[in-house]
Amino acid sequence: MKIGVLALQGAFRAHADKLVELGVDVIEVRRPPHLDEVDALVMPGGESTTMSMLLESSELFDPLAVRIDEGMAVFGTCAGLILLSTNIEDGRPDQRSFGRFDIAVQRNGYGRQIESFETELETTVTDEPVHAVFIRAPRIVRLGDDVEVLAESRGDAVLVRSGNALGASFHPELATDARIHRLFLDSVAS
Amino acid sequence: MNEQSQSTGTPLVKRGLAEMLKGGVIMDVVNPEQAKIAEDAGAVAVMALERVPADIRVDGGVARMSDPEMIEGIQEICTIPVMAKARIGHFVEAQILESLGVDYVDESEVLTPADETHHIDKWAFKVPFVCGATNLGEALRRISEGACMIRSKGEAGTGDVVQAVRHLRTINGDIRKLTQADSAELFEWAKQLRAPLPLVQEIAETGKLPVPLFCAGGLATPADAALAMQLGADAVFVGSGIFKSADPAPRARAIVEATTNYNDPAILAKVSRGLGAPMTGIGMDELDVKFEDRGW
Repeated sequence: MKIGVLALQGAFRAHADKLVELGVDVIEVRRPPHLDEVDALVMPGGESTTMSMLLESSELFDPLAVRIDEGMAVFGTCAGLILLSTNIEDGRPDQRSFGRFDIAVQRNGYGRQIESFETELETTVTDEPVHAVFIRAPRIVRLGDDVEVLAESRGDAVLVRSGNALGASFHPELATDARIHRLFLDSVAS
Repeated sequence: MNEQSQSTGTPLVKRGLAEMLKGGVIMDVVNPEQAKIAEDAGAVAVMALERVPADIRVDGGVARMSDPEMIEGIQEICTIPVMAKARIGHFVEAQILESLGVDYVDESEVLTPADETHHIDKWAFKVPFVCGATNLGEALRRISEGACMIRSKGEAGTGDVVQAVRHLRTINGDIRKLTQADSAELFEWAKQLRAPLPLVQEIAETGKLPVPLFCAGGLATPADAALAMQLGADAVFVGSGIFKSADPAPRARAIVEATTNYNDPAILAKVSRGLGAPMTGIGMDELDVKFEDRGW
């Protein structure tokens, strides 16, 4: 099983480290040929506007949209979640997304960096709470019917699943354990 | 589910934003129009300042924190993080920037230092700080004061990449040497570097700084950005190099693409084509004032 990490910009190495820790082969995806090699893809945090632009200039957007429509497992965190959503509020007018999750997200929905925070989250998929770091995080402001909420923070969905797609508005790659990444790998395998 | 407590301004939260900026380009801008061009070109953040370093050199005099009104104008137009500079040791400028809600404060040698001995106690702030360094000891002193990101200083406003290369090589070269040192030698390293022993021991163990290392100072072309990345930088700052060039927008975009594809010469060749004249620049040996000497 080869897992790709979209490596255009952002926290892709932190994700790759977690996946390597779990014993899978990781490929950094920067160009279309890299995408052909992978069974699933992690889309990291970073700046979603930068990634949108680079997805176009790297000619990755269209082939990636096809793979996602064909049912490739994907895991988006923060900016990655924004790119997987159907609606982006406060985004740029030219910003495109893959629409894998029927959700609307508000960019920087929790405020500027000085409002960024860390917390413990109870989830429906782990026995013990997970440690969650929110960095200028997007806020999920609308949830479609087929989106399953795995964790909430103060009333907002922050960890969601839809089939084999997983999304987090926080950063599991900055946590000390790899439980959320394990959860994703389990969905890829099944 | 239970109401969970939330902690802001922690080291993990502050270093977390630097993680998100990796592989990106942070651009100096002096007004909202430039900020828009930077965001359109794919910048991951902008540095709001009144004059780019090249102009600070020409104008001389005392360079200070920017007017809050100017910073707010840029915050209004940008959806990406906005950084701003405070003078070395000027903790009140930093307090003002924090109250404006800037996303990162750069305690910067490009401005005229306010304190000849002390840097800002950066642990006292919720806003994260980036600081410049010319060598590993300087980087570790800044980290011990609470910096959440280090940028190699280079020589800002010159368009000459030579100092950025020297500083990156010095920092990463010394990190490599530390990983080879035995436990007794680490005490001597800490003395030579004038850096806290626990940080020196940590680096000997991990082989990297505990915070991201970005590159700044003198980068003017896509090839310069890729050079910094291949030398081990996590991301790049480009100051005068964009808006002092003949045609800023395409150059900004080319530098963004070069930073992502820093290991792919064919793409670097493609994006380097037809960008017009880079900033003219000043050679290192022509300088009266060297910003890199500021910081203690």
